[in-house]
Amino acid sequence: MTLLKRAQTAIGTENLFLLGGLAVVIIGFSSSTPLFLTGSNFGSMAFQLPVLGLLTLAMMVPILSGGLNLAIIFQANIAGLALASVLIKFGGAEAGYGAFALGVLAALIVGALSGFLMGLVVAYLGAHPILASLAMMIFLRGLGEFLTKGGDISGFPPFMETMGHGSILGVPIPLLIFLGVALLWHIILSHSKHGFSVYMIGSNIEASEYSGINTRRTLIMIYTLSGVVCAIAGILMAARFNSVRVGHGEALLLVTVLACFLGGLDPFGGFGRVAPVVLALCTLQALSSGLNLIGANQHLATAVWGLFLIGVMALRWAAARLYLTNNRRN
Amino acid sequence: MRKALSANIVEIRLFVVLMIMIIGLGLTTDTFLTVANLTSLLNNNSINLIWAVGLLVVLVAGGIDISFAVAASMVQYLAAQIFGVIGGGNWAFGILTAGSLGLGLGLINAALIHGFRIVSIVITIATFNAFFGLLMFFTKGRSIYTLPDWWVDRIFLFEYQSASGVWSELHLSVAIMAVCLIATAILIRRTNIGRQLYAFGDNPEGARRAGVNIALMQAIAFGWCGMMAGIGGLMQVNIAKEVVPNALYGRELDVLAAVVLGGARLGGGRGTVIGCVLGVFFVAITQNGLNLLGVSPFAFQMIIGATILIAISTSNVKIDMSSLLRRPQKKLKRGSNNDAT
Repeated sequence: MTLLKRAQTAIGTENLFLLGGLAVVIIGFSSSTPLFLTGSNFGSMAFQLPVLGLLTLAMMVPILSGGLNLAIIFQANIAGLALASVLIKFGGAEAGYGAFALGVLAALIVGALSGFLMGLVVAYLGAHPILASLAMMIFLRGLGEFLTKGGDISGFPPFMETMGHGSILGVPIPLLIFLGVALLWHIILSHSKHGFSVYMIGSNIEASEYSGINTRRTLIMIYTLSGVVCAIAGILMAARFNSVRVGHGEALLLVTVLACFLGGLDPFGGFGRVAPVVLALCTLQALSSGLNLIGANQHLATAVWGLFLIGVMALRWAAARLYLTNNRRN
Repeated sequence: MRKALSANIVEIRLFVVLMIMIIGLGLTTDTFLTVANLTSLLNNNSINLIWAVGLLVVLVAGGIDISFAVAASMVQYLAAQIFGVIGGGNWAFGILTAGSLGLGLGLINAALIHGFRIVSIVITIATFNAFFGLLMFFTKGRSIYTLPDWWVDRIFLFEYQSASGVWSELHLSVAIMAVCLIATAILIRRTNIGRQLYAFGDNPEGARRAGVNIALMQAIAFGWCGMMAGIGGLMQVNIAKEVVPNALYGRELDVLAAVVLGGARLGGGRGTVIGCVLGVFFVAITQNGLNLLGVSPFAFQMIIGATILIAISTSNVKIDMSSLLRRPQKKLKRGSNNDAT
C-alpha cells in the first residue's frame, strides 16, 4: 500500500492509471500473439503514432482552455499544401534544402495564421470555439478543394522520405519530432506564464480576466500555437505519405478528442497534463496495432477505441465514488 | 411583442438575411424562384432538417450529440437486415422500426451519460467511434443494393410540369420532415416536458432542485435525437436507393453548424425549430445560389465556411452592442452534468 502511495505521488494518479491500462493492453496482446512483443512491431508503432500524436497535442490546449479546435485536420492539410506548392515551384523532386526550409516556413505561417484568425473570432467576438473552429474547418476544407480540385500533389525531394521514414540512432525521426513537441508543450503548460493563463482561463474565464490575466491575448495565442502544431503535423504527413491531399487524416479528427479525454483532460477545461495524454496515445496505438496483428482491421480498432474510452470513464467514475465513500467513512 | 423580438433576435436576423438573399437571387437569376428549384431545395434538405430538429432537442437540454449521423447509418443497416428477414413491410412498419432502432441507440447514449455522469460530448464521441467502427467491421464497408421495393420507390406528394416541360415534385421525405418538425415544436414548446428540457439545459442543478427528473430529461433528449436520426436515415435510403455504411459519416458537423447558426446555444436552454429551418436553409440557399450564379463548385464549401464565419461573427457583435453592459457568453456553460458526485 505504501509502495503504491509512493508511486502515486511520484508518477501521478492519472499516469499510474493509464500505465496500468497500457500494461493490460500490452500483456493481453503479447499473450495472444507472439508478433506483438517484437522490435518490428514497436518500430511500426513508433512510425504510426506521431501524426495522430501531434494532432492530439494541437487539440489538447484548446480543450484545456475550455474550447475545442475542430479545424486541426484541415489546418494540417492546408499547411502541407503550402509546403508542397513551394517545393513544386522549386522543381518538385529536385528541390533543395533551401526550398524545403522556405516551404516549412510557409507551412508554419499558414498554420499560425489560420489559428490566429480563429483565436481572434473566439477572443474578440465571443463566438463559441466549437462554432468558430467548425466554420474554419468548412472554410479550409473548401479552400483546399478549390486549390487542389480534389486531387493530390506528390513528387517531393528524397530527403523528405528520410524525414518520414528514417531513424536517428534507432529512434524514428517522426517520433523524435513528436516527443520534442510534446516536451515543449509540457514546458509551456507547466512552467510558463502562458501555460498558467491557459489553465486559469479553462477553469474560469471571468475570474481570470478580473485577476489581471489578458484573456484575449491568451486565447489568440492558444489557437495560433495550435495552428503551428497542426502545421508540423501537416509537414510530417506530407513526408510520411509523400503526397498532400485535402482530406488526408480526416478520420483522425474525433480520435484526437477521444485521446485527449482518455488522457484525463477535463472536457470543460482547466485540468489535464501532457504526460497522461501521451500515455493515452500509446495505449490507443497499442490497441490498434495489436488488433491488426491478431487479424482484425482498423475499423474494429476504431470501435474498440470508443468502447475503451467508455470503459475508462466508467472506471474513473467508480474510482471517484469509492474515494468519496471512503472519505465519508473516515 | 418586443419581448418576443428580443428573445429571438438571432432567428429574426437570420430571417432578414435569408429574405435578402432570396430576393437578391430572385432578381439576379431567372432560375432561383422557379417551382422546380424550390421543390428540389425542399427535397434535398428534408433529411438534414429531420436530423437538425433532433439535434436541437439535445442542444436545448444542454448536451451535444456527435454520434447521430453514424447512428442513422447503423439504423439503415439494421433496418435493411430486419426487412430482409421479414420479407416485405411497408412505410408504417418501416418508420416504426427505424424510429425505435434510433431511439434505442439514443437511449444507449443517455444511459451512459446519466449512469456514469459523463459529459455528453465525451460519450457521443466514444459512441460515434464505436458505432462507426462496428458498422464498418460487420458490413466490411460493403453497400446494400437489394432493398424492398416500397423502401426505394419514389412517392410523390405533388407533381407539376411547367410550360417548358420541366417536372417538379415533392417527395415523401418532405412530408415526414414536416411531421418531425411539428412534433418537435410541440414537444419543446407546448408540453410540460418541453419546459423542463429548457430549464434543465439552462441550469441543470437548478432544475434538479426544482424537481425535474434529470434522468428522464437525458433520455427524452437523446432518445428523441436518436429517433430523428433513425427516421432521417430511413428517408435518406428512399432518396439514395442504397445503404452505404459510410455515406453519412461527417454529416453531423454540417448539421451542427446549421443548427447553431439558427440560434440554438451550445450549452443549453436556447433554440427553436424555426431557427433550425432558417439555419439549414441559409446554408442550402447559399450553395444553391452559388450554383445558379455559375460559381465553380470547388469554391462552394470555401464560401459557405466563410459565410458561416462571418454570420457568427456579426451576430455576436450585434449582441454585444445591444447589451453593452452584459458580458458576452464566452465559454461553454457548465454542461449537463453538474450534479456529478
